[in-house]
Amino acid sequence: MSHDISEENLPESHGDSHGHAVAVHDDPFADPGLPVHEPRRTDIDERAAKRAERQVSLMFVISMLATIGFIASYVIFDIDKIVYIFPLGHVSALNFALGLTLGVALFCIGAGAVHWARTLMSDHEIPAERHPIEADDEVRADVIEQFRTGAAESGFGRRKMIRNTMIGSMALVPLSGVVLLRDLGPMPEQKLNHTGWQVATPQKPLQLINVNTNEPMKPEDVIVGSLTFAKPEGLEEEAEDFQVQIAKDALMLVRIAPDDIKDNESRDKGFEGILAYSKICTHVGCPISLYEQQTHHALCPCHQSTFDLADGARVIFGPAGHPLPQLKITTDEQGFLVATGDFDEPVGPSFWERKR
Amino acid sequence: MSTTSGATSSASKPASTRAKPANKAEAAADWADGRLGIYTLAKSNLRKIFPDHWSFMLGEICLYSFIIIILTGVYLTLFFKPSMAEVVYHGPYTPLDGIRMSEAYASTMDISFEIRGGLLIRQIHHWAALVFVAAMLVHMMRVFFTGAFRKPREINWVFGFLLLVLGMFDGFFGYSLPDDLLSGTGIRFMEGAILAVPIVGTYIQMFLFGGQFPGTDIVPRFFTIHVLLIPGIMLGLLVAHLILVFYHKHTQWAGPGKTEKNVVGMPLMPVYMAKAGGFFFLVFGIISAISAIATINPIWAYGPYRPDQVSTDAQPDWYMGFSEGLIRIMPGWEISVWGGHTLNLGVMVPLAIFPLVLVAIAVYPFIEGWITGDKREHHILDRPRNAPVRTALGAAWISLYLVLLVGGGNDLFATHFHLSLNSITYFVRVGFFVVPVIVFFVTKRWCLGLQRRDKEKVLHGRESGVIKRLPHGEFVEVHTPLAAKDLHTLTAHEQHQPVELAAATDENGVARKAGVLAKTRAKLSEGYFGEGGQIVKPTAEEFREIESGHGHH
Repeated sequence: MSHDISEENLPESHGDSHGHAVAVHDDPFADPGLPVHEPRRTDIDERAAKRAERQVSLMFVISMLATIGFIASYVIFDIDKIVYIFPLGHVSALNFALGLTLGVALFCIGAGAVHWARTLMSDHEIPAERHPIEADDEVRADVIEQFRTGAAESGFGRRKMIRNTMIGSMALVPLSGVVLLRDLGPMPEQKLNHTGWQVATPQKPLQLINVNTNEPMKPEDVIVGSLTFAKPEGLEEEAEDFQVQIAKDALMLVRIAPDDIKDNESRDKGFEGILAYSKICTHVGCPISLYEQQTHHALCPCHQSTFDLADGARVIFGPAGHPLPQLKITTDEQGFLVATGDFDEPVGPSFWERKR
Repeated sequence: MSTTSGATSSASKPASTRAKPANKAEAAADWADGRLGIYTLAKSNLRKIFPDHWSFMLGEICLYSFIIIILTGVYLTLFFKPSMAEVVYHGPYTPLDGIRMSEAYASTMDISFEIRGGLLIRQIHHWAALVFVAAMLVHMMRVFFTGAFRKPREINWVFGFLLLVLGMFDGFFGYSLPDDLLSGTGIRFMEGAILAVPIVGTYIQMFLFGGQFPGTDIVPRFFTIHVLLIPGIMLGLLVAHLILVFYHKHTQWAGPGKTEKNVVGMPLMPVYMAKAGGFFFLVFGIISAISAIATINPIWAYGPYRPDQVSTDAQPDWYMGFSEGLIRIMPGWEISVWGGHTLNLGVMVPLAIFPLVLVAIAVYPFIEGWITGDKREHHILDRPRNAPVRTALGAAWISLYLVLLVGGGNDLFATHFHLSLNSITYFVRVGFFVVPVIVFFVTKRWCLGLQRRDKEKVLHGRESGVIKRLPHGEFVEVHTPLAAKDLHTLTAHEQHQPVELAAATDENGVARKAGVLAKTRAKLSEGYFGEGGQIVKPTAEEFREIESGHGHH
């Protein structure tokens, strides 16, 4: 059997073309050089070339038509027109028409250009030389000499006091920029430690308001196995700082048969089995909203921290680091559920100053 | 420079010996050249050679989706109001009629339902952002697995890495702007993460939000960061990235006629102007069509943000999914230090690992350069199989990313595949440590297997499928020897030798002690290029011996 490797393609006929510092094996088969350019059909057949030309032009024409279609769609379709398109379902006719016509208009320009380049422009590969990025030794020596001259003339290396004080001043001056950021916000102080419930006292308790009905609640409104969300009396949606307040005040009320409550302290803080926990997850602060009646487990949908509401909201799964704070509740003389003070500990995600 | 004669003669006749422009275009070019020096600029660039390979277009997708994001982003700023002032909605989307919301959310609703084409541009903007980050990641993989990051391109690798990180964060800020229930929950997560920073966490939180969460400052602040600060930095990095690509010239695959000292391909004008320019329109067209068909981020379905409400399936965009995975799988460790101060390890540890996962990829070129000790320029790409350890490391990194993505979407995996959410989390906790190791060894072996196959092909030729019966009755399959160009291509790669420690004693017999660094380097180098790290290339002798043999194949 004959092999088509002529002897000059084996390495002995070549010198080492690399000349590198790191030891590597030589190429066993020398580079045969650039292959001969093979013409495409469109290079030799004028009819094929003409066909390609027509294809390219057709795509540009389709693009023009699509742009006209885009403008027409903008004028024709009302913005609230909804149409059914299989398999997308009900979609906005305007959005669909605009997007597809724009898509076709742009795509056809691209497809036309690429097809043109691939079929009609030269596909002859040409080698170009690379030049090393590094300068040669002469240039290097010259530049370093120039720099040395400049440095000597500046006296930078000689006048150490100037150098050191300059570095010092330049290191300090960015601090001004940092200091200027101070008024971006207030100091933390005790803000994270208290919620809107802190104004409640045994003498002047705050009613628990159902967030859905906006009404105060009596114990009989909260049935066993239900989860109800509450906010403090006086906090209205129209209030300027409503978002900031509700981010800390939000409560979830759960009613568990008193015998099922495993934690005595937790039972004492509640009222006839009604327990009021902070709704804000102690992991990073998402509101907890998924409740499983059978197990009394509450789950945060953001990162799946799971709390056992029957056991003092202990963390039983997920990344939260400590239980949900519980608000002590009772009833006032009219029989409405009220709080008589703030949470014992800060609600929401933990932070450096948080006392445990 | 033509005139050295006296002032009088140079005033009377034109100073230039330049040929008369042949047409208007040349005249315009001459005019511009006199002011801008465009001829010198164009001289080396107009017919600049680009090598061709499909994977070289990945970077182009990044560039074009970035341009699309800027174009659509400018449109959106004309209508979007980055304000958290409260308004009551009375727009055409009736399910939210009478609901209180921020102006940011309300104006995003207007863009989606009242401004003709607004929804489309919003969708293109968001889709292009996803494509942008995905393309950057895949482009980076291409550069990584082919070794294109080696000298002289390490700096450009770092620029690219910075673009990826900035792109990810700008995506997060942009996603947060509409102030819908999903994005607000994302910001809440960020707040919790900031609070977990020891000592200064609460201060940073107060300064960033202008007070307690959520306050009214965060959306306007994010807006400035999203449209001005980060895109500005990215634009600068992008220009530097492209200048370096031009300056270094493109890498190329090994093949006949291709060396470290040349670049083989087709010229910028006209082929790549048409191909690359056309490709911009292809990308734009496809993203437009996707945006017409597939809804992304339907904020009207989520509703406006309220800190006491949340929907299930709360997910960031996919590129932030791995940080979400880290935060979901971390056990909730909280410890007390320094007399009652709280250290929230459950959030802090993921926050520290997040940049480490990213930085691992940023520093790789320098680590590999140190291990090989290779100071030469490289312009010929490695086939991934010929750098098994590098390829395996890259694959392990990607598997870690994917495992964490599963962790970040554990609720989706649970509902779609009917699995226990807890089991997925436990799996990811173990997988975080185990999967990358398994992937590393599997990939490395795979690469070595492919190298063996290449060697086999070089020495014995390709299986032809033709069965021949020999005179004595034996059946053999005829193997066709490879053409010279294939033989060269399959054996053109370099093989590094492991770095060896200097002898324990020097030439005078005095004991030398190798430092810890030198020892580590020798160990790593042995792992990369030692016996188990690569298959020795076939040699000309082996080839000749088999070929001159008795044609047993």
